[in-house]
Formats: sequence, structure tokens, C-alpha cells
Amino acid sequence: MSLSVLNTYASVAASDVKVWFKAAPISKFPKNGGACIKYKDKQIAVFNFTREGTWYACQNLCPHKMEMVLSRGMIGEENMEAKVACPLHKNTFSLKTGENLNGTLDPIATYPVKIESDFVYVGFSE
Amino acid sequence: MKTIIVVGNGMVGYKFCEKFAAREESKHFKLIVFGEEPRAAYDRVHLSEFFENRDAKALEMAPLEWYADNDIELVVNERVTDIHRSKKTITTASEKEFKYDYLVLATGSAPFVPPIQGVEKKGVFVYRTIEDLEAMLAYAEEIKKVKPNGKAAILGGGLLGLEAGKAVMDMGLEPHVVEFAPKLMPRQLDSRSSNVLQLTLESIGIAIHTGKATNSIMGNGAITGMDFGEDDKLDVDMLVISAGIRPRDELGKTCNLEMGVRGGIVVNDKMQTSDPTIFAIGEVALYNQMIYGLVAPGYEMAEVAVNQILEQNEVVMKPEIDMSTKLKLIGVDVASFGIPYMPAEKGLSIIYENKTKGIYKRINVSHDGKTLLGGIMVGDAEDYSILHQMYLNNMPLPDNAEELIVGSRGEGGSAFGSAMDLPDTAVICSCEAVTKGQVCCSVLEDGNETMKDVAKATKATTGCGGCKPMVADLIKESLKTLGKTVKERLCEHFDYSRQELFDLAKLKGITDYDTLLDEVGTGHGCEVCKPAVAAIFASLYNETANRQETIQDSNDRYLANIQRNGTYSVVPRVAGGEITPKQLMAIGRIAQKYDLYTKITGGQRIDMFGAKLHELPPIWEELIAEGFETGQAYGKSLRTVKSCVGSTWCRYGMDESVSFAIEIEHRYKGIRSPHKFKGGVSGCIRECAEARGKDFGFIAVEGGWNVYVGGNGGATPKHALLLAEKVDKETAIKYVDRFIMFYIKTAQPLQRTAPWLEKLEGGITYLQNVVINDSLGIVDELDAEMQALVDSYVCEWKEAVETPEIRERYTHFVNSEETDNNIEFVSLREQKMPKEWA
Ligand code: SRM
Ligand SMILES: Cc1cc2nc3c(=O)[nH]c(=O)nc-3n(C[C@H](O)[C@H](O)[C@H](O)COP(=O)(O)OP(=O)(O)OC[C@H]3O[C@@H](n4cnc5c(N)ncnc54)[C@H](O)[C@@H]3O)c2cc1C
Ligand code: SF4
Ligand code: FES
Repeated sequence: MSLSVLNTYASVAASDVKVWFKAAPISKFPKNGGACIKYKDKQIAVFNFTREGTWYACQNLCPHKMEMVLSRGMIGEENMEAKVACPLHKNTFSLKTGENLNGTLDPIATYPVKIESDFVYVGFSE
Repeated sequence: MKTIIVVGNGMVGYKFCEKFAAREESKHFKLIVFGEEPRAAYDRVHLSEFFENRDAKALEMAPLEWYADNDIELVVNERVTDIHRSKKTITTASEKEFKYDYLVLATGSAPFVPPIQGVEKKGVFVYRTIEDLEAMLAYAEEIKKVKPNGKAAILGGGLLGLEAGKAVMDMGLEPHVVEFAPKLMPRQLDSRSSNVLQLTLESIGIAIHTGKATNSIMGNGAITGMDFGEDDKLDVDMLVISAGIRPRDELGKTCNLEMGVRGGIVVNDKMQTSDPTIFAIGEVALYNQMIYGLVAPGYEMAEVAVNQILEQNEVVMKPEIDMSTKLKLIGVDVASFGIPYMPAEKGLSIIYENKTKGIYKRINVSHDGKTLLGGIMVGDAEDYSILHQMYLNNMPLPDNAEELIVGSRGEGGSAFGSAMDLPDTAVICSCEAVTKGQVCCSVLEDGNETMKDVAKATKATTGCGGCKPMVADLIKESLKTLGKTVKERLCEHFDYSRQELFDLAKLKGITDYDTLLDEVGTGHGCEVCKPAVAAIFASLYNETANRQETIQDSNDRYLANIQRNGTYSVVPRVAGGEITPKQLMAIGRIAQKYDLYTKITGGQRIDMFGAKLHELPPIWEELIAEGFETGQAYGKSLRTVKSCVGSTWCRYGMDESVSFAIEIEHRYKGIRSPHKFKGGVSGCIRECAEARGKDFGFIAVEGGWNVYVGGNGGATPKHALLLAEKVDKETAIKYVDRFIMFYIKTAQPLQRTAPWLEKLEGGITYLQNVVINDSLGIVDELDAEMQALVDSYVCEWKEAVETPEIRERYTHFVNSEETDNNIEFVSLREQKMPKEWA
């Protein structure tokens, strides 16, 4: 593991999506929780925020200690901003902007998600 | 536009920038800052925390963007080498020249390294910067590789030296503090308190050598020991020098500013040096012929310099600077304020000493008994803040001044009312110079209601944090005067305390998180309320963590403790620590098959580390087939009941402690609670099972069992208190049943039994009344609730491996069979460990 891994994750805006990757059926994702998918060399955490009725995706790598764990984190909301708390040390990140909400860690990359006929698709720029 | 150049980006240099940027007028100035260190200013006061988290960013005073956002040009890694006063320019190490209108020198100080023969040897360090710490850590690692019980000495038993002593201990080396004076912290403590401190430190494993002058440092290239002369030597593998500081005043010397005889750049009460356009602040400044080695005076100096440059000339430095200190981090309270000790003709002293508890308190009072002149506290500094305030504000003393330290009921309690009795001008947070008036005003007038908001608005508590309890009191009391009760609120989603939520869920018969949130909460929940509510449901209905898995804490969600590299550990229950050879072989076989690192835990059982997520179900399947069940090492639930071998084998045993431990461990296994809880059973008062260090403990005595509750190891160790004496086993169990149930229903989230009992009004006597004398009339209810929990136990790992939908949760990817290729191991003493992230 090295810094280079971290740098391979960059946020993708909805307008920049070139590939909609068909990841998995929605039944694979727990309600109000997450699971991890693999796209090329990337590990992406996908969250089914059932209470909000929204889906989110972000890098699985926590920038704090560089572990592939965010999909196993707990999701929630702070002032109506959806967030995920890392299972290792509970640093929290906005699922919308990727920003570290409780400190000054680097932001995480976020990706657009769409649902079509009960399948989860994650948007990538390459 | 005028240019201000700040030399030095340490704590005080940064504070100058912060205070300057906050001023409206600052936009008429250009501010350039040079720092010699490779990174922007960080919190040196909390430097030792770096040992815990190795996280330099967490120490940052402000992120780099902050400087840019405030139009401050920060140049790090660049030393200023010269000042040319006639041209009003400076030059830097890379030969660049910059012009200034005002120059602020905040170059701080450097550790003083005494000229002892051999100090240049490898393995000798100072303790000031993050780089120093990194170098120490790397060296300690090297030592530990070749020597499992390496030793490190600290030269200097002052404030910083003791902190360094704790730090090397945390690094895994045996710490030895070497002090020249006959006592520790010679400037702050009298001999008696120093003795008490020494005993306490020795009891936590820090060796102390006072009255030692080091003649030379031994070793060929690298340090191997210290020589004190006359055949007195100490073998050590590393040395940290903490023998005082010397101001970094080189720049002042080369441009002929007025200097102190023993160093430091002389400043007046405007913080001006002998050149009125050059200011000096922080540890480089010599004010009143003194260097002040603390941040609070440095911050005040920064404030004065900002005002002087902005032509607010009336803001000057006070003539008297308070040097009171409270030591942090070393695991024992130490504080001194005002004049800590003095001869009898100057005032009278009241001293309280309790050697068994390691407590020493002293206050010095004027002859007329009216004013507090200073004092010392070792072992218990809870009242430091308030005494310090009384001293600073010259407040009148009570008639019986001794009550200030012994309390009206004796036993160290305190006699004063609340922090609200202080005058508004009392400085509560000395790091940020925030007064009581400002804190209260921020609550009463600006509507801030929480610690977080008040800290944001006033900056109080953001320095060393020592004033937190007092600020919390002030917020609470101010809210009370507004007629607001201070509610304990779980988080932004539930306006209730845990106890209230517990009762609500029970009353309404609510069994799932979403319903509870819809009915009595708001929003969509967070990582604070979800696990707290999960624990409530578990205690009410004994449901396992499998049903509502996404509201469980990290570890409960996968029924395993997550490790630093994202793998998990596996801990089967070994009740009472008793295990058959066959079971041992089964664990050995399974651990070998899955290539797990194995270790005997501190809880008398075996932990297998390094299992990947997808390996957990097959591992547990095999363990269950061998007759094991979950040990719930991950849960806020019963962990272990430690036992000693007891009367079955031991020649002193009064009763069968192993049988009792096994019985009680099976009774409480699976019960979830506000925090984890542990038990112990000892066969006699020799107490080999450390039962009094546990949440509940039984000790066999002549004629029955003594029952103890509310003990704790961990960060704040506490011995359990006697709940009942010489009772039979059934009675002992009944009392503990009720105690646990009462705790489960009333404690706050993540509150162990020890702090719970400490906060319980009436303490152990009240608890005895509730569980023994039924003063609340609830024991029948408690008994029934406990029995229901005991009767409904299931092994949640068995449930998990037998239920396909639950088993399916244990895959790393939901769209691929591959496993996490990010996990790497390296070998360690014929086993393995996680590879460190490079
Ligand atoms: C494995 C073990 C260390 C060892 O190698 O011996 C251990 C390991 C951990 N301890 Fe411990 N503690 C272990 C015995 C202890 C003991 C000794 C004992 O039980 O007799 C104590 C002091 C006694 C006490 O609790 O009062 C202890 C006090 C703590 C604390 C501090 C609790 C406190 O009240 O201050 C924590 C932190 C917490 O729980 O918040 C903690 C937390 C942890 C965690 C769970 C940290 C974490 O979240 O990852 C570690 C998880 C390890 C794992 O993955 O299994 N561990 N821990 C021991 C497991 C015992 C077992 O068989 O279950
Ligand atoms: C481990 C430790 C624990 C401490 N604990 C406490 C405590 O509990 N309470 C307390 O009040 N105080 C404590 N202190 C002291 C406190 O950290 C200092 O009082 C404070 O840092 C002084 O701030 P300063 O800005 O004057 O100096 P510094 O923080 O040392 O900053 C000076 C900076 O200037 C830089 N510099 C020097 N010369 C040049 C140059 N020519 N060009 C460019 N840059 C230069 C230095 O590299 C340094 O970064 C502690 C100190 C340490 C080391
Ligand atoms: S096992 Fe316990 S003491 Fe050891 S590092 Fe982990 S939490 Fe700390
Ligand atoms: S690794 Fe994610 S918070 Fe520490």
C-alpha cells in the first residue's frame, strides 16, 4: 500500500460519467448500510440510505489509516448531511461532498449512483 | 501597505497570526511568516499524543489552507538567518531577502543540552519537535528488536521530563528518570509532595533516581549507560534529555538587540525589543528578566504585540505572570499554583496527606487567614481549577480554610459552592484568556448551549483542555438561570437521555430502530444513537446483534473485533479460564488451518487474530462443532469472569472459585449493557483473580463470599467497593443480578460501572439500599428482568453460521468472489502481523 493508491480515487460528478458500471442487484445491500463492490482495481463502498431513499458511493479506503473499510462503516446524518463513520476510529465523511466532517483529513472521493430495474449502477469517468 | 514579518511558526507565532487575522485592520497589512520546521505550526503542548496516534495532522494548529484563506504567506522549511536593521530587511537560509516594516520574533526555544561527556552518542535525544519523536520511536523499535526489555532514561525530573518518562514507557521501554536535585519537579513541589509523587510514579513502573549528577555517557558510538561517578552507573539503551530550555535568540545577538545576561531577547511591556520596530514574543522573549516556558504567557504576549502594531497602545503585558501548572498525561494528577511552598514566617500552610491513597494537598494562607497564597496538589487535583481561581482573584477564604482541601466531611471532598461564585473577570481558560463572564455571556446572551458551541464561540477549552470541567459547570449553571434544564441528550436525533429512551422503548414496546426514531426522534440517526439504541434493545429483549445489523457498532455488526488492517479477531468463550486439552488442541488446529496469530489474552482466554471477513463464518463453524461458543469479545456485554484456581488445588483456597466463576460467566453471558462488564472470583483474600479490579467480584472468606462492585482496570483504574459481606453464593448472585440490571437501566452510553457508581448520588450506601434493602421497591422487577435475560441466551455466532442470509454478509465484495488484496502481513516471531502502511 502506498500513497499512489489513494491518488487513484477521484470524485466523479454526475455530468462526467462515461461508464455506468452495473454493480449488483439492490438485494445485495443492507438497508441503511453499505457493501463493497469492485470496479477494475478500485474498491467502492456503496450505501443504501433507505431512510432517505438515496444511494451513495465513495472510495472504500479510509484516508486516516489507509484501510479498505468504509463500506463496513455506519451511516447516518448530521444536520441533514448524509455521512459515513469509519469502523476503525469513527472519523466521519460527508457522503455528498466527501469532506471529513469531524476533522481535517483529506476528503474521500464520491461517485454517482443510479438504480435501474433493481440493479445498482455506479458512475465512473473511465 | 505595510509588511509584518513573523519569524517562527510555533505555537506563539501562530497565535500572533490568528489574533492578527481576526482584526478588521489586518487587511491593511501584508503578513509573511517563516518557519524553520518542515510543517506548519502544531500543538507542542500535546506533542506526546503523537506517540498514541502517530498523527501529525491531528496536532496541527490550523491547516495550510487557513493561512491562504487569511492572506498570510507562510514559508515553511525556511530559516531566517539574518536581520539587517538599517535596511529593515531579513535574509533567509536560501539567500532570499525580504523587507519589513515590523518584525516579530517568535523563535521559541531549544532544549538545553548540558555539556556532559558523550552526549553526542547515538541514542541520545531531546524532546521538542515531531521529528524528535519520530527519531525516538524509530530508535526504540531498533532496541526492541534486539532487546525485549530495553531501558530508557530521562535526564531531568521536571514537568517535561516526567511527561517524557511516560512517553518512553508507552513506547515499551523501561523508564528511568534521573534528576540532579534531591526531589522531583523541584520548582513546583515541596519535598513531601515530591515524595508522594515519586511513590506513585514508581508504582506505575517509572523508576526515579534523584540527587544524581551525570558525569558521562557511556558506550562505544551508541549509548549503553550513564555514569554518575563513584562506581554508580545505570545501564540504559536510550536517553532523552529534558534539562530545561534555552531561548533561540541567535537572531537578536547578531543584530545587536539588547540581550539578557543568560540569553533571551529583552522586551518591554509592549513586547518591543530595544529596536521599537522589532517585537519578540513567546519563549524567546525575556520579560521582567524571565523566560516563560508556558504557552499561556506566550499567547498573552501575542495579543499585546498585535495591539501594539495596530496602535492600540494601551494594551500592555501585566507585570505579574501566573506560572501555575497542572501536569497532564502521566497518569497521576499534579498541580501547583501561586507560591507552592514557603517558609513559615511568610504564611501558614495547611497540609493533607494520605499515603495509602497517594494524595497530598497543601495550601498556603496569609497570616491573617484571609488570602490564599498558593498550593500544591498531588494524586487528586480535582479542585485545582477552583483553588487556582480563588488565588488569582483574591477571593475571600471560608472560615475553616482547611475545608478547601479536606472537605467538610473529610476524605478529600471540597467545601466550595460552584464555579458561579467566581467573579466575572476570573480567567477560566488561561490558554485562550477567556473569562467566566465571556463563557456565561456566550450562553446567556448568544444562545450557545453546548460545550462544542461555547468552545467555537469563545475558544475556551481549545488549548490544554484543563478548564473543561469548569466550563461545563458554567454552561450548566447558566442554562439553569435561564430556566432551561440541562438535558442529557443522546445526540441531535434524540432529545432524551439513555435512561429515558430505555423507558420509552420499554413502555411503548418498540423493538426496532426506525420506529423508535420515527416516534420519539428526528432525522435519520448517526453513529452515536444507533449503537446506543441497539444496546437498549438488546438489554430489553436480549436480541442478538444479527437482527438489526446496520445499527450495531463496528465490532458487533460482524460479531468480531476489527483490527488495524481491517481483518478481525476471533475469541471463543473460555468460561472462568478453564479449558480442556482437547479444546486447546482444537483451537490450535483451527488457528493453524486459517493461519491466525494466537495470543493468550489478559482475560484468561485465547484470541486468534488476522481473520479476513469471509473467513469468519467457516472458522466459527469449526469452533462451534468443537463445542465452543462466542466469547463476545466484541460486544458491550459480559466479557470474562476471571478466576484463580481456588480450593480445588490451592492450599489457601477457602472455596471453589473456578466453579463459581464458570457458573456466573454462563449466567451473564450474552447480556448487553451500556459498556462491557467483567467479573472475577478469588478463592481467598490473596485475590489472585483481581476480582476487585472488575465490575463485579466475589472473594471467598471464612463463612461465605464477599461481594464487590464497581471496579475498573483500563484508563482510570478503581478498586471495587464492598457491597455485602460473608453471604452465601445464592445471595451473592442475587445482589449482583440486581446491581447489573440497575446499572443497565440507568447508566449512560459507554459508561462503565465504576464511573456510574461514582456519579450515583449516595454512592455505595444508596446502592446497598436499592439492591439489599429494596428502598425503591424494584427488586422483584430487577430479578425478573435478569432472569428473562439469562433464560433467553443464544450464541449469536451459531445463529449467524446457520442462517444463510446472515452468512452472506461476510463477503468483501458483493459483486466479486475476490477478497481484499489490500491486506498484507509480515512475519513476527514465527507468526504474523499486519504490515505497516508505508
Ligand atoms: C485482547 C485483549 C488484550 C490482550 O491481548 O490481552 C484486549 C484487547 C482490546 N481491548 Fe482490552 N483487551 C483485553 C483485556 C483487557 C483488560 C484485562 C481484563 O479484562 O482483565 C482490561 C482492563 C480491565 C477492565 O476492563 O476494567 C482492558 C481494558 C480495555 C479498555 C479500557 C476500559 C475502561 O473502562 O477504561 C478498552 C477501551 C474500551 O473498551 O473503551 C479496551 C479495548 C480493547 C479493544 C476492544 C480495542 C478495540 O476496540 O479494538 C481490543 C480488542 C482486541 C480484539 O480484537 O480482540 N480494553 N482490556 C484482552 C482481551 C480479553 C478477553 O479475553 O476478552
Ligand atoms: C513535550 C512538551 C510539552 C509541553 N507541555 C506544556 C504544557 O503542558 N503547558 C504549557 O503551557 N506549555 C507546555 N510546553 C511548552 C510550550 O510548548 C511552549 O511554551 C510553546 O510552544 C512556546 O511557543 P513558541 O512559539 O514561543 O515556541 P515554539 O513553539 O518552539 O516555536 C518556535 C518556532 O520557531 C522556529 N524557529 C526558530 N528559529 C527560527 C528561525 N531563525 N527562522 C525560522 N523559524 C525559526 C522553530 O523551529 C519553532 O518551530 C510543552 C513543551 C513540550 C516540548
Ligand atoms: S489491546 Fe488494549 S491496551 Fe493493548 S493496544 Fe489494544 S486497546 Fe490498547
Ligand atoms: S482508519 Fe478510518 S478513521 Fe482511522
